[in-house]
Amino acid sequence: MDFHLSKKQRAIRDISRKFAGEVVAPRAEEIERTGEHPYDIVAQMAELGMMGIPFPKKYGGSAGDWVGLHLCIEELSRADILLGIILDASSSIVAQEVFLFGTEEQKQRWLIPLAQGKELGAYGLTEPEAGSDSAGLRTTAVLKGDEWIINGSKQFITNTNLDNASIVIITAKTQRDLDGKTVISTFVVPKDAPGFKVGQKYEKMGMRAGATHELFFDDCRVPREFLLGDINKGFAQHLTVLQTGRITVGAIATGIAQACFDEAIAFTRDRLQGTQSLFEYQRIPFNLADIAMRVELSRTMYLKAAWLKDQGEKHTLEAHFAKLYSSETATKITSEVLKILSPYGYLDEYPISRYFRQAKLFEIIEGTSEMQRLVIARELM
Amino acid sequence: MDFNLTKEQKDIQKAAREFAQGEFDPDVALDLEKKGHHPFQSRKKACELGFIGMHVPERYGGQGLGLLENAIVAEEFCCQHSGVGIALSLSDFGSEMILRFGNDVQREKYLRSIIEGEATSSLAYLEKDQGGNFTSFKSTAKRNGTTYLVNGKKLFVFNGTLSGPMIVLCRLSSNTRPGESIALIVEKGADGIVSSSIGGSVGMRMVPMSELTFTNLTVSHEGLIGNEGQGLTLLMKSLNEMNIKAAAMGTGIAQGSFNLALTYAKQREQFGRKIGSFEAIRDKLADMATRIEIARMLTYKAAWSFDRNILNNTANYMAKMISSETALEVARDSLHIFGGYGYIVESKIEQFYRDASMVNIIGTPERIDKGLIADQVIGKI
Repeated sequence: MDFHLSKKQRAIRDISRKFAGEVVAPRAEEIERTGEHPYDIVAQMAELGMMGIPFPKKYGGSAGDWVGLHLCIEELSRADILLGIILDASSSIVAQEVFLFGTEEQKQRWLIPLAQGKELGAYGLTEPEAGSDSAGLRTTAVLKGDEWIINGSKQFITNTNLDNASIVIITAKTQRDLDGKTVISTFVVPKDAPGFKVGQKYEKMGMRAGATHELFFDDCRVPREFLLGDINKGFAQHLTVLQTGRITVGAIATGIAQACFDEAIAFTRDRLQGTQSLFEYQRIPFNLADIAMRVELSRTMYLKAAWLKDQGEKHTLEAHFAKLYSSETATKITSEVLKILSPYGYLDEYPISRYFRQAKLFEIIEGTSEMQRLVIARELM
Repeated sequence: MDFNLTKEQKDIQKAAREFAQGEFDPDVALDLEKKGHHPFQSRKKACELGFIGMHVPERYGGQGLGLLENAIVAEEFCCQHSGVGIALSLSDFGSEMILRFGNDVQREKYLRSIIEGEATSSLAYLEKDQGGNFTSFKSTAKRNGTTYLVNGKKLFVFNGTLSGPMIVLCRLSSNTRPGESIALIVEKGADGIVSSSIGGSVGMRMVPMSELTFTNLTVSHEGLIGNEGQGLTLLMKSLNEMNIKAAAMGTGIAQGSFNLALTYAKQREQFGRKIGSFEAIRDKLADMATRIEIARMLTYKAAWSFDRNILNNTANYMAKMISSETALEVARDSLHIFGGYGYIVESKIEQFYRDASMVNIIGTPERIDKGLIADQVIGKI
């Protein structure tokens, strides 16, 4: 056993923490209020190599590992979860899917700009009728000549309709000729593909700067070679990358939970310092003790899952534990800290009001808590 | 024992429900919520129909009924729409101090205008930097012949920018009773009051909330409620009464969220079934319904006791605590049942969650509730 971070991992965490504290945190309130995508911050993240941490240098990455990426994501999310979400879609999921399943040509074409952070990727899985039931999707892709014709729609897709968002990876049903069976395949759709339209931006309870849109494919045409991976294995492919997404949500939720703790401890220190003994006032200090413990458990769980992934070991349970525990924990912590800061914390000028609106998201995205429990239970049985 | 509402109470419940269903248009409400506007029109109609001030004697324009009837109306309003319901229920916020402890002249002067919808009342007692102790306000009132000069700053003044009476809690700075508390009625908008926006809050956005600065505000001694030195005692007694109404609002918010989630669970299909047929969702709905019933029963008991002059402060605090917690938990679980759609503003469930979080700041804060319950159940050690 060794719970120490490597030198490189420590460096990534420290740089990320410094960057998050100095560059991101002072802007977080404004980003949420205006709902505007922070192009400049994302550009700086790209320069620091944050967008491609686990990928080889020859593909534009930083040749780090998944533990490193997730340390970075936690630190950024502590300042603003938006950046964690951007990294989740673009790096953990889209770039990884191209890296794992793309051809050399596809990697050259799409992975490099994603890993360099010059472009952002989006992942289009959810549909109006396919939420938790991701196999129930309706979008279809039919091969006609040298082109795939895609029809359908996707909803709640983040990292879309941005100047630097270049591709969306989608799942679609493909009809196979041999036995007539329906299978799910994965396609890369560039933003300028004919027949591809972006709908209105969703108004959300929180994370309002998240570029989340509905996507429409109306006889959308992409070249034959934009099929990503094996035509038979689209579903298995997306389960692989979504598993990483679960670790990533674990790291983001840990970041926001840590940020809540930071607020609560600062507020409490100001008020309890020197004046009152812990034998008299225990409600809030004990609550803080619980919060600190749960944040650390969330962190330990996502790190273990990321470490197993780096070792090339199975980590289905761990990834789902991390996502489920840290997201439920984060939501609870936000309402506990709101209470500690009550009534001031309800005002928009206090970051905790923002965290409260944002945190509920994590129990929903990348599979609801019910889906996490379903996978865990299935795995156990 | 008799758990039935009286015929009159049932009629009031039905009338309030039907009024709210017909009047609180969800799209209009969503627009008001986004703009942070007060529902003037709905309030006016509610006043015309006698829904505001049910508990006030007829000679001051009320219905001469009890707090239970008042609570039933607040519950129904908040059930139909948390935002509009809260705004209407709080339109007489603080007027309890005038009703219970003011003199006849004060009652005559202020209560009717609130009940008829011409005015809204405010209670200015919260200040910044009070720490955990909301009774430690610092605003001062200096006696000067037949007037008081008021100086200080108050935060979270509900309805602060609307016209009507405002009760201000101060510390006496005169020589005779320095530091003692005093409650004064002030006309909102008077010279010497400067209002500044608090810049938004997590929920309750249809209640105009402001930060008020008093600079040499002159208040006639006719505005004194009770006697000098009684301010805090009367405030606490009034907050106890407000706790019951807050508890009713929390119960309503919980019921309203539940109703939305239930409808959705019966419609939404995933995996080829209505999601309401899955055991995990069924259990959640069963738990929610149970918690709502507990909150409602304790709220009714507290209101019933109050109306019979049965001194049962413990029931007040318990009702408030359970109900604000239930509102938040049920709203959170309801939003969760909506999945990704719940996080989108358009689904209208996210507002219940935001509004629910703030129920605990109406009346006494939870930390006070808990301490007082503990005092009562533990007694002397």
